[in-house]
Amino acid sequence: MLGYLRGFDDIFDQVERMNREMEGLFGNRPAWSGIRSVAPGTFPAINVGSSAEQVDLFAFAPGLDPATIEVELQQNLLTIAGERKVELPEEKELYRNERFSGRFRRVLSLPEDVDPDQVNASYKDGVLHITVKRSEVARPRRIEVH
Amino acid sequence: MNETRDLKTQENREVESQGRSDTYLRPAVDIFEDANGITMMADLPGVSSDRLNIEVDRNTLAIEGQVSFDMPKDMEALYADVRATRYQRSFTLSNELDTEAIKAEMKDGVLTLNVPKRAEHQPRRIEVQGA
Repeated sequence: MLGYLRGFDDIFDQVERMNREMEGLFGNRPAWSGIRSVAPGTFPAINVGSSAEQVDLFAFAPGLDPATIEVELQQNLLTIAGERKVELPEEKELYRNERFSGRFRRVLSLPEDVDPDQVNASYKDGVLHITVKRSEVARPRRIEVH
Repeated sequence: MNETRDLKTQENREVESQGRSDTYLRPAVDIFEDANGITMMADLPGVSSDRLNIEVDRNTLAIEGQVSFDMPKDMEALYADVRATRYQRSFTLSNELDTEAIKAEMKDGVLTLNVPKRAEHQPRRIEVQGA
């Protein structure tokens, strides 16, 4: 009788696993004390992850026109800039105005072995995803033992 | 026999789910009102429309969203502003609002929610007759 419910459990488990993976990954990071770090709540919020092949940056920047986002990479210094225009009707009663409005700019230093010529940026569901490949020499190579 | 085992697995699962971190992100919102109703805009970056859940229970409007994005498998975190993967926020509505007629639209991580006033609460213009 409980059999048909198990299908739902599996989906629930999958979502849970994904949550745990992401929360495990980003949840326990100590706060960054870099000289370019910003106050909590600064727009856009940014997560950076790194793997052997590439560095992935996620900027939580909802409601932007992707064509207006400026992404610049100089050596390993990445700059994200743009403007979010939140137009609120003037004559209406405004109760809350928490969403960021105006120009923004964030600068982050990525690991030094990134290849500035291999950058890819996409925008989906309000998240800007930038992928920078690590330069070939820096990647771990498997050495065959003969 | 089977039933017993099922129950046991369920118990284990409950224990597990209690242990998980229940931290939620609180989405930033703009809320304004005009003659026809209330409009709310909420920032939910990373939430696609199929992972968004809007619920009205009596007078409570609850928004919940699940963040999902493509992540390489062997990724290690270097830096994180966002430390949770779920958004949640709820509001209490008032009686003159028509909860049956709420309209919601999701675009580029921004939710626009429209809660109209019931017809009898919408302003009517009363004509003043000249003598």
